[in-house]
Amino acid sequence: MTTNIPLQTGTAPAGAVEGDLLVVRDLVKHFPIRKGFWSKIVGQVRAVDGVSFNVRQGETLGLVGESGCGKTTTSRMVMRAYQPTGGTIYFRDRTQGWLDIPTASANQVRGIRRNLQMIFQDPYSSLNPRMTLLDIIGEPLMVNGVAKGSELQDRVAELLRLVGLHPEYMARYPHAFSGGQRQRVGIARAIALEPQLVVCDEPVSALDVSIQAQTLNLLEDLQARLGLTYIFVAHDLSVVQHVSTRVAVMYVGRIVECAPTEDLFFSPKHPYTEALLSAVPTPDPTRRGSRIFLAGEVPDASNPPPGCHFHPRCRYAAEICRTTVPPLTEIAPGHTVACHMSDQLSLTGVHA
Amino acid sequence: MMTSTDAVRVGTPSAPRDMDTPVVLDVNDLRTHFTLPAGTVRAVDGVSYRLHRGRTLGIVGESGCGKSVTAQSILGIVPRPGKVVSGSMVLTRADGSTLELAGLDPKGKVIRSVRGNEIAYIFQEPMSALSPIHTIGHQITEVIRLHTGANRDQARERAETVMRQVGLPRPDEVLGRYPHQLSGGMRQRAVIGIALACSPSILIADEPTTALDVTTEAVILDLVRSLQDTTGMAIQFITHNLGVIAEIADEVVVMYMGRQVERASVTDLFLRPQHPYTQALLRSMPRLGKRAQARLEAIEGMVPDPFSVPAGCAFHTRCRHYVPVRCDQPEYLEVAPGHWVRCSRAGEVA
Repeated sequence: MTTNIPLQTGTAPAGAVEGDLLVVRDLVKHFPIRKGFWSKIVGQVRAVDGVSFNVRQGETLGLVGESGCGKTTTSRMVMRAYQPTGGTIYFRDRTQGWLDIPTASANQVRGIRRNLQMIFQDPYSSLNPRMTLLDIIGEPLMVNGVAKGSELQDRVAELLRLVGLHPEYMARYPHAFSGGQRQRVGIARAIALEPQLVVCDEPVSALDVSIQAQTLNLLEDLQARLGLTYIFVAHDLSVVQHVSTRVAVMYVGRIVECAPTEDLFFSPKHPYTEALLSAVPTPDPTRRGSRIFLAGEVPDASNPPPGCHFHPRCRYAAEICRTTVPPLTEIAPGHTVACHMSDQLSLTGVHA
Repeated sequence: MMTSTDAVRVGTPSAPRDMDTPVVLDVNDLRTHFTLPAGTVRAVDGVSYRLHRGRTLGIVGESGCGKSVTAQSILGIVPRPGKVVSGSMVLTRADGSTLELAGLDPKGKVIRSVRGNEIAYIFQEPMSALSPIHTIGHQITEVIRLHTGANRDQARERAETVMRQVGLPRPDEVLGRYPHQLSGGMRQRAVIGIALACSPSILIADEPTTALDVTTEAVILDLVRSLQDTTGMAIQFITHNLGVIAEIADEVVVMYMGRQVERASVTDLFLRPQHPYTQALLRSMPRLGKRAQARLEAIEGMVPDPFSVPAGCAFHTRCRHYVPVRCDQPEYLEVAPGHWVRCSRAGEVA
């Protein structure tokens, strides 16, 4: 019997520093547009177009942007739900060491899956209505041979308690629960195998205001207790500010700015970040905003404007922005921005 | 007026206004119940408010609190088996006469002349509010011809005017398109255009920006506000988003389990909330610009089952200020001019 020795094991990818858990480099995903009888490829939707970021052990990386900016596609590629068109996603697996997720072998992926989990947006469609909570939460444990029989029940009971549900609910089906409770079930399933990295795709946007706070608190408690690392994909900036250690802002398939949360919110360096922050309605009628209204629409990712994708809607755009793609450059420690004008602009962040 | 040809621009703040204009709709003790085999759901259980000309009333609450059913009751479009069981809704028409909307036959001539004509409704999801198999032009001219008796050309002309009003460039082109050919923001503009086609005196907007991105949301809210300035319509703005309410409303009604728990001017509500539920909601939301990454003060528990609303104050099961007996029958009282609260401990809790 030959043992499958992973080739890349242990070799840290270029650009990884001590404490990194995930290193994404030049990630690209193009979806073909097909037309006609022969399904001829007539174009490419550049959903993700050269994205690079690192995720450090124990932190929460917020990924924000408008619909269609590629944040969900990026997170799907991290989960290996989509095969990237190009680029690498190195993950430091607990047992196997550094692995490139898209090119990992089936065996390696089975190992990675235990350490890489996902929490979904819609707690109604992400739980099988014909499975009890025991089946739903127990499935990852059973499939991975972690527990079975009464041991499995004990473990599920423990997980239910951990997310704030009564263990007696184990035999019930999802329909008996409210949206907030269902989301707790989804969280319990995701943490069942004690993963290293959890991708949260809009985990609270389908929940009511009063339930949102409970769920966010739960995610934070679990992070502290289990040492989890989160990639938090969301469009609600106040939620992202609350949970994230660092935030990456995406626009039409590219990261335009990435910085520690406070830096990004209080002193943004990209005009798109500034506009995005200014658009958020504040729950204070005495501070009704002087908003920046962006003209036009988010460009079509199959035919984005040349140069900086944001230039047609940018009030600071210069000639160079129309022709040259601005590189993502580090302008302060840990603060990267892709804007030609970033050193000349003084932009407004949120008010404390 | 915002048009897509405008350059990027910075909006000017607009202060909340007093509710000092004539009343166009007076809703008094409205009750709408759903009788089901499993029991009666009191979806709306005693709601009173007034819509004023040129002013915006915000209705805020979580899902299932009855905010949408309130709006549906006004237009007589409550889905079966729901029924308006009591209360009155008096509409003041353009000629000064009044019309009682409660008790009208939902399929009758009278309510049909009101719907879409005097009272317009914008739904949450623009895609599901529009017919996918008719062009935007077809859908808007249909409304205009039905209510005004205009001919094809006149209706077309009016449609183009309205489309320009809502900031859609090249109206003739947009009118020939199908909903799926437009982006989310453009679709919502088209829906607003259809709603405004007959110059309604009241616009009911039910979560009109919830499905949109924040940048589009800001533009649409600004559009709604500037349209109100030019037409003087009264707006009933329904949402669960307190940020949006603070942005657009002049007066706010907070609902919980079918009941109105608080009503106040937007400034009073956000700066001096009196009901523990309103206070808890405001505390529980993450706020942009709060530096401390402190834990959120979550409201404990779940929204109760609509079939078994807690007796007495419906919020008492989740309220940290609950006192037995005292909180059994909270009355709806005016604690300050124009500030109404349904809480036995109003004034002592904060």
